[in-house]
This record gives sequence, C-alpha cells and structure tokens, in this order.
Amino acid sequence: MKSLAATVMASESGPHIPGPADFFLPPIVGSGDWALTKVSLLVLLSVVIAFGFFYAASRKAAVVPSRLQFAGEYVYGMVRNSIGRDIIGSQDYMRFVPYLFTVFIFIIINNFYGVIPFVQFPTMSHIGYTAALAAITWLIYNIVGIAKHGFVGYLKLQTVPSGVSGPILLMMVPLEFLSNIIVRPFTLAIRLFATMFAGHLLVALFSIGGAWLLLHYAPAWQGVAAGLFAFLLGILVSFLDMLIMFLQAYVFTLLSAMYIAGAVADEH
Amino acid sequence: MILTQVTAAETEINPLVPHVPEIILGVIVIALLFVGVAKFIVPNFEKAYADRTAAIEGGIENANAKQAEADAKLAQLEAQLADARHEAARIREEAREQGAAIVAEMREQAQAEAARIVEHGKTQIEAERQAAVTSLRAEVGTLATGLAGRIVGESLDDDERSSRVVERFLADLEAGVH
Repeated sequence: MKSLAATVMASESGPHIPGPADFFLPPIVGSGDWALTKVSLLVLLSVVIAFGFFYAASRKAAVVPSRLQFAGEYVYGMVRNSIGRDIIGSQDYMRFVPYLFTVFIFIIINNFYGVIPFVQFPTMSHIGYTAALAAITWLIYNIVGIAKHGFVGYLKLQTVPSGVSGPILLMMVPLEFLSNIIVRPFTLAIRLFATMFAGHLLVALFSIGGAWLLLHYAPAWQGVAAGLFAFLLGILVSFLDMLIMFLQAYVFTLLSAMYIAGAVADEH
Repeated sequence: MILTQVTAAETEINPLVPHVPEIILGVIVIALLFVGVAKFIVPNFEKAYADRTAAIEGGIENANAKQAEADAKLAQLEAQLADARHEAARIREEAREQGAAIVAEMREQAQAEAARIVEHGKTQIEAERQAAVTSLRAEVGTLATGLAGRIVGESLDDDERSSRVVERFLADLEAGVH
C-alpha cells in the first residue's frame, strides 16, 4: 500500500496530501496496465451485484410484489417512466429502457462503492470506465439517429437549428456540430469522473488529515480538537458525496435519454 | 526530500487520461450487464406490470359481468312475478265465473225440482179429487134414491133407472153449479 506507507513516512514533516496517485491502486494479480487491481475487481463485482439483485427482485414477477420485488420495481419504474418514457416519449422509449436501466444501476453501484466500509473506492473515479459508458451512449444516439433520419438528415437535425438563416446559420452549424456531436461524450465522461474523483479526494483528505492532526500534531490538545473537527466535516462531506453519487448516476442516465430523444426526434 | 518525490510521482499520473484496459473492461462489463438486463430483468418487470394491468382490468370486467348477470336475473324475476300476478288474477276470475255458473245451475235445478213437486202435488190432488168425486157420486146416488124412495113410497131400487136419474141429477147439479 503505497499511500499508507507514504502517510507513515510523511508523518515527520506533515500529513500525506492525497492526490491522483492514490487513485491508482497496486495490482492484486499481474503487473502493468493489464493487472487485476481492486478497481477492476470492483467493476466486475458490480455486474454480479446489479444482475443478482435485480434478477432476484424480478424473478417471480408477481402481481402482488414482495418487498424485494417492490424495491426493484421502484428503481426500474423510476428509470423506465420518469427517465425513459418522459424524456424519449411514449412511442419508442421501450427500446432504450434496457440500456438506460443498465447504465443507471451500473453507475450507482460503482459510485456507492465509495461509501461502503472496506470497499471505499468509487470506481467511476477512473475515467476509463466513464469513457466507456460515454462512448457507448455516443454510439447509440448517433446510430439510432442515422438509422431513423439517414446520414444527411441526421446531421441536418443535429446541426441546423430551426428559424435561423443567413450568416448566423453559417456560424451556428459548426457550433452545433461541436456541441452535439463532438463535445457530448467528453462532458458525459468527465462530469461523472470528476465528481467521483473530487468526492473521494475530499473524503480522503479529511480522514487522512484528521488522523494526522489527531495523532501527530505538536500541541496535542490543538491537534485533537482540529482532528475531531476534520472528522466531523469529513462525515458531512461523505453525506454530500452520497447525494452526488446518486445524482450523477441519475444525471448520466437522464442525459443519455435526452441525447437519444434528440436523435430520434422528428424534424423541428 | 520525500515531499518532492511524491509530487514527482503525481505529475507522472494524469487522471484525465483513460487507460485503454479500463475502457475495454468497462465496455465488456456494461455489455454483459446489458445482456442480463435486456434478457431477464426488463422482461420480468414488464411481465409483472402487464399482469398487474390485466388483473385490474380483469377485475373490473368481472364486476361488470356480475352486474349484468344480476340485472338479467332481476329482470327475469320481475317478469316471473308479473306472470304470477297475472296468473293469480286469471284464476280468481275463473273461479268467480265458475262459482256464478254453479249458483245459476243450482238455482235452475231447485226451480225444476220445485216445479216438479208442484206438478206432482197437483196431479195427486186431481186424482184424489176424481176419486172423491166418483165415490161421492155413487154414495150421493144411493142416498138420494133411498131418501126419495122413502119420500115417494115406492121402491126406486131398480138400479138401472135410479142410476139414470142420479146421473141426470148430478149433471143438472154440475151445470147449475157452474
């Protein structure tokens, strides 16, 4: 454990300040880029948890649901109705519900890893996973858009705003292309990554700093007081982080639905 | 010294650069989860929704059917009741007619009987009268001739003559009476 060793070693001069290096954990098996780390293990485990829970909840498909089925249906109903149906529209939203539901449960489990004791690592703070999600969403909305409108028709739909003409239109087309086709996957990936990264960094800072103050600060009474205050703040920040964990999963799913809705929309 | 080492390590790592293995792993696990969700979870939940909708609609339909059945039964019972009332009225009417007929018949019979009895009485009286007349006629003749004989002093016992006289007398008598 590099970070732990660094904390201990740094204790003479000051606390270890958590940074990006702390997000790259040592390999469990293998070495280099392809090594199996805690992070990749957690990502694999998230699929098992997500499928296991929702399969168990939906298996009976009873008319009168059990508590487990009710909980599963509650989450599914939220994604299906308030994201899928309300955003994409009632004629063809069911096609996209499986993907939206997959995205939502995958992100929310990986985010909440950040507050589960002993796990305590939001896997979405690795941009590789958010990039994978964003790339899939980008492919889906562009492909369904082209399939519905044709290549030219789709480009026209995404880049030519209605009610604009002349030189302004000339300026708008590249801007719209940039924002609707180029930038979207990056903002999707970076938003989710950055919030998880920052949340984890804050919680780590408050706990490592608080521990150092509590144990190593020179006038002990000042160190204990400041350390306890740091822990209190850390707890509050953890709650904030939990809210953000849910919110970012929701936002990613919502934006995916909105991009799909924009791509399959009729000419405006 | 240690601090500079740490900062050097941090500058090496750029968290904004995705690792290719992570992207690949991400795509694979999302694809796996998608297959599971699309193949099992979504159909199961949709089935539960559909079953629930069907159960509610079925319940309403069932209630409607029951209501219609009850209405039909009520109408049937009302019709039966009306029939029964009608039947009762008919029977009562018939009974009244029959009663009237019986009374009329009895009266007729009684009148006939009375007439017969009266007739019979009349016949009997006539016969008795005839008998009385016959016997009276014989006795009056005998008495009269006996009396006349005593008065005139001669025997008037000649039957043939006396009876002739008596007949004539009686005939006069009857003629006189009338």
